[in-house]
Amino acid sequence: MMVRRQCLGATLPLLLLALAAVVGVPSAAQEATARFGSGATAILLRSTTDIAIIRPVMERFVARNPELSVRYEQWGSNALFAASRAACAGEGDQADAVFSSAVHQMVWLVNAACGHRYQSARTAALPATRRWRDELWGITEEPAVIVYNTDRISGAEVPRNRFTLLDLMRSNPPHLRGRIATYDIEASGLGYLFAHSDSLEATTFGAVLEGFARMEAVATCCSAEIIRGVAEGRYLIAYNVLGSYVASATFANVGVILPEDYTLILSRAFMIPRDAAHKPEAARLLDFLLSDEAQHILRDIGLVLTRDPSETGLLPSARRFIALSPALLVALDRNKRDQLFTLWGQAFTIDNRP
Amino acid sequence: MADAPRSLLARVVQAVLLLLLLGGVLISGSTWYNGRAAARQAYDRILLGAASDIAESISVRDGVPVADLPVSAFELLAQAPDDRVYYSVRGPDDGLIAGLDDTRIAPPDPARGIGPVYFDARLQHEAARFVQVKRRFAERDFSGEVSVIVGQTLRARRAMALGLVLQGLVPVSVAGIALLVMSYFIIRSAVRPLELLAADLLHRDPYDLTPMRTEGLPRELRVTLDAMNRFMDRLDRQMQAMRNLISDSAHQLRTPVAAIRVQAESMVEEEDAHLRAHALARLLARTRSLGRLLDQLLSRALVIHRTDSAPRVVIDLREIALDIVEKRDHELLAPGAEVTLAIGEAPVPVLADAFSLEQAGRNLLVNALRHGRAPVRIGTDDNGTEASLWVQDAGPGPDPALLARVGRRFARSAASHEDSAGLGLSIVSDVAAAFGGRVDMVPGPEGFRVSLVLPAVEAPK
Repeated sequence: MMVRRQCLGATLPLLLLALAAVVGVPSAAQEATARFGSGATAILLRSTTDIAIIRPVMERFVARNPELSVRYEQWGSNALFAASRAACAGEGDQADAVFSSAVHQMVWLVNAACGHRYQSARTAALPATRRWRDELWGITEEPAVIVYNTDRISGAEVPRNRFTLLDLMRSNPPHLRGRIATYDIEASGLGYLFAHSDSLEATTFGAVLEGFARMEAVATCCSAEIIRGVAEGRYLIAYNVLGSYVASATFANVGVILPEDYTLILSRAFMIPRDAAHKPEAARLLDFLLSDEAQHILRDIGLVLTRDPSETGLLPSARRFIALSPALLVALDRNKRDQLFTLWGQAFTIDNRP
Repeated sequence: MADAPRSLLARVVQAVLLLLLLGGVLISGSTWYNGRAAARQAYDRILLGAASDIAESISVRDGVPVADLPVSAFELLAQAPDDRVYYSVRGPDDGLIAGLDDTRIAPPDPARGIGPVYFDARLQHEAARFVQVKRRFAERDFSGEVSVIVGQTLRARRAMALGLVLQGLVPVSVAGIALLVMSYFIIRSAVRPLELLAADLLHRDPYDLTPMRTEGLPRELRVTLDAMNRFMDRLDRQMQAMRNLISDSAHQLRTPVAAIRVQAESMVEEEDAHLRAHALARLLARTRSLGRLLDQLLSRALVIHRTDSAPRVVIDLREIALDIVEKRDHELLAPGAEVTLAIGEAPVPVLADAFSLEQAGRNLLVNALRHGRAPVRIGTDDNGTEASLWVQDAGPGPDPALLARVGRRFARSAASHEDSAGLGLSIVSDVAAAFGGRVDMVPGPEGFRVSLVLPAVEAPK
């Protein structure tokens, strides 16, 4: 069985960060920073969302609140988790708000009493799956999608759901060998979360892993790079890619599928740390993010999935929200991780572990 | 008035309110206690379920216990959706097999048994409830106890307890308010007669001594009102008697006093000694007559007064008859007249006042001596239901026209002596009326008999 695990250059520091997190050293190594607005009061927002994507929302926020400015730090999810955990324990500097796609890590933080309680009409209007303890709020609605290269895959080969994907992989077409990509779950908190949710959702997960192994699938990092790879033809199919990145990247030859059997929907979680210096301002940012105006922008940039089934072709019953609840703590359990990693490792042989 | 007394209604309603409040406090206390116990029990079971689920998932692989955490355990814990959770799985050497972090939470006193142990502790500065479940392994490559501790904060428990309390209290409060309203109307209708009575009394003329209406009143009030009516009746009679006395005195005394004055004046001017002596004799007769009149007036007043105020005792009528004869007052009036006593062996008891009876009897005797024909007899009768004191003379009695008028005050016949005031029989009538009896006047073959008839009573042993 020849499976390749590829690690692109940008993945290396992330892996190092993840290692640092395991060792417990708080690391202040964010990937990128930006400053929005020039207000006197600066909110420190740590997020896993790419600055390029979130920019319009932040700019609108500081335009609406000229007395505020936002120091935006873009982090990898595992590094952000490690830093937030350390800050909660009183080590390292504290962010005013944390906004992460690795919601299981956010649930862990809130469960460890690291969150600040806040209630408003907008937070109260959130559905139960997107709110926990009034300390954690789901801002976005982003599907985990299958993307494919429309130039190379067409007709019956287009994997509308996991079953057709499985059938496709079983037929073992040579042109797909080494051309299927998915998240590296060890490197990405989000990838792990999707894999974990898949493992809970259906028995197809085992078969999918088996298929990946047969097709010598590539476990790699970062939605944007995977999508670019699909557009360039390096990969033909990518599984469990965050749909929002596809929407933001404009490639004519990338097709997006919301799997019809079920589509995982992730809601990026927002938390105000217990010891945040600017809690009221952070709460204003939260209320803004939940406002119709911000939600409209988020929809435009693809961070909120439209609810209209005719547009997405997705039945409401196939939507699987990853609920913000203590059940996500299981995802972080050591035994559970080891188990999933073992399963994963059997599918993806490690080529170039650092 | 600043310190106007509170109404009965207000008092009773206040008491009922106090009672209901007290009951409400007791019920809320017990509801709270029960609600808390129910919530504790319910969520303790969830905790135990989750802990058991996790304990079940532990297996030994290559000599090492491994927990394959079931999501169902956490979904169970998520029944308390807003509570933070804690779990830890530790091996026999206390090493962490699975857990959120290395925070050590353990029961305050380690139990020896394998059964679940519940305990309270704090989870990151928040009160929380925990359960410890142990599982024993006896494998070839691993043996010992693995302990699972699962806990969660108390938010859902508190919410459930509060919900139960509110659920329990809402109907109780509604019932309480309904009871209060009902009792208000019940008490109001109960004190309504009192209010009517009070209004009646308030609007009553102070000189109006007619009895108050007692129809439709509750028994308790009726007793009071009857007593009041009796009192007013007595007051009325006393007032009437006083009024009579005054008017009688004025009416009766004015003429004789004027006559005495005229006679005295004429006597002063009279020079003839013989005529003066004659006038003096008449003056003496006049004053004597006036004295008798006064006697009668006063005794009547006294009789009326006593009939209302003197206690009634059982009196043997024979003793009254005997006393009258033995005092021999009549001998002053009619010297030489024969008075015979006709009394039997058996006592003739009545319930009355001795003084009043004696006055009545004496007046009967005096009347007989003055107007009747000798011999005069005084005696008693008892037919079982009625007892009578009677005086009989041998004459035919007054003519029927006069008979119809006698007994009234100042009813005087042509045959009346000028020293008679006509009060004698009226005293007898008053006494009869006061003790529930009557005056019978019966002309018969043996003579004219006047009887004071009173209801008979049992003789005291």
